[in-house]
Amino acid sequence: MGKNELSPEQQAYKEKIKPLQPTPPYFVNCLKAFLIGGLICAIGQGITNFYITFFNFTEKTAGNPTVATLILVASLLTGIGVYDKLGQFAGAGSIVPVTGFANAVTSAALEHKSEGLVLGVATNLFKLAGAVIVFGAVAAYIIGMIRYLFQMVL
Amino acid sequence: MVEYFIAFVVGGLICVVGQLLMDIFKLTPAHVTSSFVVAGAALDGFGLYDKLIQFAGAGATVPITSFGHSLLHGAMAEAEEHGFIGIAMGIFQLTSAGISSAILFGFIVAVLFKPKG
Repeated sequence: MGKNELSPEQQAYKEKIKPLQPTPPYFVNCLKAFLIGGLICAIGQGITNFYITFFNFTEKTAGNPTVATLILVASLLTGIGVYDKLGQFAGAGSIVPVTGFANAVTSAALEHKSEGLVLGVATNLFKLAGAVIVFGAVAAYIIGMIRYLFQMVL
Repeated sequence: MVEYFIAFVVGGLICVVGQLLMDIFKLTPAHVTSSFVVAGAALDGFGLYDKLIQFAGAGATVPITSFGHSLLHGAMAEAEEHGFIGIAMGIFQLTSAGISSAILFGFIVAVLFKPKG
């Protein structure tokens, strides 16, 4: 943890500037995140119902095509620049839903487009979203092992 | 209509937690989403996330926490058939649609559109 330890001077400086830093408007930010995040989930519910009604998915399996559809929409919205504006307004409301994952993938790829298709778009596709996959896979692997061990013992 | 309302409220509340983590603990979006995925996997480890999905529908499947839940679910399903090796085989089984479509659509959009700003 050596990197995070602050010297006494740094600590004093941090205390000194604290009242001068703007405090984020917690309530307004949370309200925006709630409204937009909730709205995206309600739209997701609509898509889920659509797949259940018209394509014979069950409530359990409809999650997959719903996520894929939301990712398609979010990628397109990122391409035309709408999703980033939404993100500035909604904060976590646009980051936490799976659409934020699609936005991270697409925007990282778009940003590096000038470096070419292979070295720009393809290598940077998971620059931001890779963390989600890495931590998800590592966590699922470890928890899966623990659960499997428990099942064997019990 | 009730299921839309529940999806709205539960999904919204999960986003509020993310917003608080960003505002109060100054976490970056990447840190928030990474922690949420781990949290989803952990909740599924105790069998809790399935209950949340049953209650909230898309309110629980759309937030990124469901990604962790699906990772573990796929792993456990394969582990039942193939034992320990199954964990490695199944981990991306259920999330395949999400990851492959993110790659495909992300790539296509990046090729077709010009970067903004």
